[in-house]
Amino acid sequence: MTIKEIQEELIDEFAMFDDWMQKYEYMIDLGKTLPLIDAEKKTDDKLIKGCQSKVWLNSEMQEDKIVFTADSDAIITKGIIAIMIRVFSHQTPDAIVAANTDFIAEIGLQEHLSPTRANGLVSMVKQMKLYAIAYQATNK
Amino acid sequence: MSFDIKKIREDFPILKRKVNNAPLVYLDNAATSQKPQQVIDCIVAYYSNYNANIHRGVHSLSQEATDAYEKARKTLQLHFNAAHSHEILFTAGTTESINLVASGFSELLKTGDEIIVSALEHHSNIVPWQMLCERTGAILKVIPMNEDGTLQMDRYSNLLNDNTKLVFVNHISNALGIINPIKKIIEQAHQVGAAVLIDGAQACSHIKADVQALDVDFYVTSAHKMCGPTGVGMLYIKEAWGKTLPPYQGGGEMIATVTFEKTTYAEMPHKFEAGTPNICGGIAFGAAVDYLNSIGFDAIKKQEEALLSYATEQLLQIDGLKIYGTASEKTSVISFNVSEIHPYDIGTILDKLGIAVRTGQHCTQPIMDFYGIPGTVRASFAFYNTKEEVDALVNAVKRATMMLS
Repeated sequence: MTIKEIQEELIDEFAMFDDWMQKYEYMIDLGKTLPLIDAEKKTDDKLIKGCQSKVWLNSEMQEDKIVFTADSDAIITKGIIAIMIRVFSHQTPDAIVAANTDFIAEIGLQEHLSPTRANGLVSMVKQMKLYAIAYQATNK
Repeated sequence: MSFDIKKIREDFPILKRKVNNAPLVYLDNAATSQKPQQVIDCIVAYYSNYNANIHRGVHSLSQEATDAYEKARKTLQLHFNAAHSHEILFTAGTTESINLVASGFSELLKTGDEIIVSALEHHSNIVPWQMLCERTGAILKVIPMNEDGTLQMDRYSNLLNDNTKLVFVNHISNALGIINPIKKIIEQAHQVGAAVLIDGAQACSHIKADVQALDVDFYVTSAHKMCGPTGVGMLYIKEAWGKTLPPYQGGGEMIATVTFEKTTYAEMPHKFEAGTPNICGGIAFGAAVDYLNSIGFDAIKKQEEALLSYATEQLLQIDGLKIYGTASEKTSVISFNVSEIHPYDIGTILDKLGIAVRTGQHCTQPIMDFYGIPGTVRASFAFYNTKEEVDALVNAVKRATMMLS
């Protein structure tokens, strides 16, 4: 699936919920299903420090696609990470660079991507894009 | 005067609003207090009726503004029982007050001198002293803390010696709410000839500090923690230190005479108040102190103690909830975690339910490291909070815990 298709799918999934509680419960469940990042990859150079929660992000190139794994010490942050991984992992660098995260606002979770929230998520998305740009550059 | 909570809440317009479709329950008072109409009116009145620059105009408006500003200084002097009004300096806030003192001492300290801070300090009362030590070659020592959030006073006694020049301790810890034995700390420091700065940012909304009874050398606080506006604070500086310390910043207002050969400095307090100050802020600070005194610090204490004991008792009934800072001498602050749940997660759910608390490290990384936790959820109560709001908090924490475990 393309990034756009996955984003549409997520918007549909979240549209089923009437209130924020259900939305959050679903997000928390997504966070719990996030595949664990290998312990040896949770090193300081993979750590994105927010004042409130920590995020670890690892990227690897598998054939022509980037595979992201990530983790956080906070479960709600982890839920958003799970959503971002579903959207951006196993995609080509070109597709990742071209994509945006506007769908988060449509889902109604934009507050978590506020730069003032200091949860490390804004930096994580930025870092995903930077990895993509770096892989793009090395492949050319 | 009887304590009429309903009437008091009427004074605070913000308490009527909703957040995320729920009535606001504001329990982040240790970060900043809400402002009563009396203070808001004072700000509006200043800009509507007598805005002018102070201390230098012969015209009537300037005189009115100057009078109001100096009256506020007098209000603070009386409130903190300073011997002289010129010992009260207006600053931009606690952080600037601390930096002013640190900057002054950078010219007085030499290699080998020692500075003592407590393990309970806010970053703003650690970093300026580390910078001061880097500049002067002085050594920073730390009074360690106990599990219950109190300071190890016997270790403090051992740290003091003839090289100790300064001691810095907060009156009340912002992360845990524990009241430190500052009178004893000051007495012992003075026995070895060291000066003491007390950071009163967390104390002044709860306790009326008497700087003469404490015999403290520097006492600092911010207006915004005391129902006043942001951007203005106070440095109480004992007269002798005011004469010893060099000026902080150069500029207008702080001079006596200026020629290109030599400038002589003005007397206290103007020596330390360069440039046009936060005039409106200073006047509103005075109004805020008047407001708190109209409620009365005994009544404030009684209400807050009732809220603290009720909230502590109710919260502790939640399975897995642990409170940090359990010493008996504490103000209405509860720092807690539930089981292994991250404080950020609890704070996020509470916000969705209209409840404002602080989560994270509270600018006190050393305390969080001591407990080996990423942070805490901190609920801090003011006299305008109610028992019903405590119930709302407890129910919300239960709901969050259910969602997150």
